[in-house]
Amino acid sequence: MTTDSIGATDQSAPREPVIQATDLDLTFQTNDGPVHALKGVSLDIQKGEFVSFIGPSGCGKTTFLRVMAALEEPTGGTITVNGMTPDEARRKRAYGYVFQAAGLYPWRTIEKNIKLPLEIMGFDRAEQEKRVNNVLQLVDLEGFGKKYPWQLSGGMQQRASIARALAFDADILLMDEPFGALDEIVRDHLNEQLLKLWARTNKTIGFVTHSIPEAVYLSTKIVVMSPRPGRITDIIESDLPAERPLDIRDTPEFLAIAHRVRDGLRAGHAYDD
Amino acid sequence: MSDLTQTAPRSGLSLGLLNVARGALPVVVVVGLLLGIWLAAVGPMNFRLALDQASRGGADVVPATPQEQGQTGLIRLMLDNPSVLPAAYVFERPRLPRPQDVLIEMRDNTVGLARGCEWTGWGAEAENWTGFSDGCLRVVNNRRSLIFHAWKTLAPTLVGFAIGTGLGILLAVGIVHNRTMDLSVMPWAIASQTIPILAIAPMVIVVLNAVGVQGLLPKSLISSYLSFFPVVVGMVKGLRSPGAMELDLMRTYSGSGAQVFWKLRLPASLPYLFTSLKIGIAAALVGTIVAELPTGARFGLGARLLTGSYYGQTVQIWAALFTAAISAALLVWIIGAIERRVLTGMGLAR
Amino acid sequence: MSVVANRGFAGLNPKIWMAAAACVAGFAYDWRVGLLLTIWFVAWGVNVVLSGQRSRAARLAVPVIFGVTLLVLWQISVRAFGVNQVILPAPSDIWTAIVQNVPILWADFMQTVVKGALSGYVIGAALAIGTAIAVDRSQFLQRGLLPVGNFIAALPIVGTAPILVMWFGFGWQSKAAVVVVMVFFPILVNAVAGLKATEAMQRDLMHTYAASYWQGLFKLRLPAALPFIFNGLKVCTTLALIGAIVAEFFGSPIVGMGFRIKTSFGTLELAMVWAEIAVSAVAGSGLYGLVALAERRMTFWHPSQQR
Repeated sequence: MTTDSIGATDQSAPREPVIQATDLDLTFQTNDGPVHALKGVSLDIQKGEFVSFIGPSGCGKTTFLRVMAALEEPTGGTITVNGMTPDEARRKRAYGYVFQAAGLYPWRTIEKNIKLPLEIMGFDRAEQEKRVNNVLQLVDLEGFGKKYPWQLSGGMQQRASIARALAFDADILLMDEPFGALDEIVRDHLNEQLLKLWARTNKTIGFVTHSIPEAVYLSTKIVVMSPRPGRITDIIESDLPAERPLDIRDTPEFLAIAHRVRDGLRAGHAYDD
Repeated sequence: MSDLTQTAPRSGLSLGLLNVARGALPVVVVVGLLLGIWLAAVGPMNFRLALDQASRGGADVVPATPQEQGQTGLIRLMLDNPSVLPAAYVFERPRLPRPQDVLIEMRDNTVGLARGCEWTGWGAEAENWTGFSDGCLRVVNNRRSLIFHAWKTLAPTLVGFAIGTGLGILLAVGIVHNRTMDLSVMPWAIASQTIPILAIAPMVIVVLNAVGVQGLLPKSLISSYLSFFPVVVGMVKGLRSPGAMELDLMRTYSGSGAQVFWKLRLPASLPYLFTSLKIGIAAALVGTIVAELPTGARFGLGARLLTGSYYGQTVQIWAALFTAAISAALLVWIIGAIERRVLTGMGLAR
Repeated sequence: MSVVANRGFAGLNPKIWMAAAACVAGFAYDWRVGLLLTIWFVAWGVNVVLSGQRSRAARLAVPVIFGVTLLVLWQISVRAFGVNQVILPAPSDIWTAIVQNVPILWADFMQTVVKGALSGYVIGAALAIGTAIAVDRSQFLQRGLLPVGNFIAALPIVGTAPILVMWFGFGWQSKAAVVVVMVFFPILVNAVAGLKATEAMQRDLMHTYAASYWQGLFKLRLPAALPFIFNGLKVCTTLALIGAIVAEFFGSPIVGMGFRIKTSFGTLELAMVWAEIAVSAVAGSGLYGLVALAERRMTFWHPSQQR
């Protein structure tokens, strides 16, 4: 059961973490006073890990993701992505970002939506076509390239959004509650697909979620956060195997990890009134 | 909680003033920029005329003849004759007057008309019902007064606006509740907005004058017509704005048609109504002004525009135009103020 | 409630009885009034029946019948009451005037609509959109420009016509200038609002692609601003036509719709005046229709276009 733990790869070579945050601070100045969105956050993410961030509203998980993506500036501490500052990594197109809403352009077909980052980054036409077909296949949307977003269901739109994030081969994939707006059945299906995708592409994934089963099911590492101020309460290395059918959610090992997550949330006062 | 350090919040008044200043500053800057561009443009705009005047006065200009001047570019002329530039700024019959000249003209034709104005009270010395002396009243009833002309235009505008809005609301209610009316009239109401009805405004005045209908009424008809359609279209949209969910709720209460109207549709329509009222009153004012144009009207802002245009009195045109602008702004602002009052009372204010 | 099914007096809806009574009273007063009332009520009745139908053709017929009825009533009133041509010509007279004066109407149309209104419309729209893009980078300028633009858009811009005629002369250029001033501010306000309308999420996405400002402008913000811009463009088609015609009241060569209206008025050829108005109505609706068509093609994706 433990032989194929993901994350426990070749221990001999020292590894440079892909994302390294040390003592990260982020304080917002609002009309009601300062808000400590992140305080003293330290975390290392190794290459190929699937890291989930879970916690109640205001715990800073989305903020942390955005800092990694250079969408927010930290007010203290350091963070490196691929050895450089997040902004430099952004300019080198080091990551793909998936938002809560699909955010596809309604005036472009699915194909053209996926081509959007490719056009901006200057890939030539032939290369664009190749990549589009590739990722459509990866997310199981073959044949839907010529449709418009409103002709697709919510789940399919979100898959297209993921395809768009994969199209330009960034090593890092950052996803902010991508399945939050979908119903549970679609969600389960997409969780499975995401794992298969991850196995095939071997990317480093940062995933923000509200759902404990989702976090435990998908990740190799679960980061439990709590609010006021936003901080990490617990980091759980998952020892679940690489092959994870949906049924694994009923096994005692899964439940043990979920239990630990819930304890972490409770310690962070997530369940207080 | 203990981690948070709270700074004392600023007091309400200073915060409010700061916000007002922050909101007003960009507007002030933009208006200042526009005024600056205007002032700077006065010289170049009047340059050719000033140059012509200077050469008639015997000064040396480059080139010398009017024909050559006409063929030379403006920049060239200005570079070759820099001494003429100051004269261009104070030219008497300018193509482009200075902002201050317009303001002076406006002042002269309003408060500047007062002669021996004093407060008389209502006792034995009272000359009229206001308590001011007759000399003060010259500001509003002298034939040259911009306020006098503005009122000659505003009065029919307001009357027409009231009529048009009243009828418009009635028609909108009819359209929303009667299917036949909806299908037959609404397409025409919408189509009429694409037709330049304003162009026939003067004609209606002439026709009505020929029939013997004169004075306030013809102009009121124009402005009522112009405010009618925006109000109809906007009010219909507003009366229909409650969604299926709200209407279903009314149905569960067995609300009668009248109850649904007064309790749901009418309140929901108010934001749309006010937007249309603002458009309607601006249209009504423009309509009245245009209606005064080819009918030889002697009083009113449109008439002032026309006479200024005929007699080449540029500053008069600008003064009339600004008075019209101020009137329009005032009317729209009044409606906006009423809107804010009503909507905040209803909790609908943004 | 079906008109016929409502069991009122003698099995017919009371409304029908009231209509009939009105017609009879009208006839008693004056046969012409009675005739007009009868035609009105019959047409209305037809429309009531048609309104209850489900078919699209029936529903489209209703406004058409309404309009035609108005025309018929107009025609009959003018003829039956012997209304002077000077006061109000009959539709048939107007039609005659149109048919007999096609060359003049065409020349006026070209001068006013094509040279004056259209050129001013295109120039004004281009300037407005260009200014909106130029101002787009400065939040400060935007916050100043929007209120000022809204303010000026509500003013009687048509009053600038005499000034512009003075500057640009009597030709079509001054008319185009008036149109430019009239359409500039509404389109500017709409374009600025449209460029601001993109959600934070979309802009964040562009940020993660490290897209340049111009890439973001052309790929995201301009397409997203199109519904707003078209809103302004539609409203301004009427403004353009009004501006061109009214500007001609202040001075014009011997051709142009405003000019023709003014002079035909002077010679009491009212039918010609109405003919010009008819042409302007068709031109205005036509222009609006073209813009609406372009809107449909270019913003097919917007919820308002998907019925």
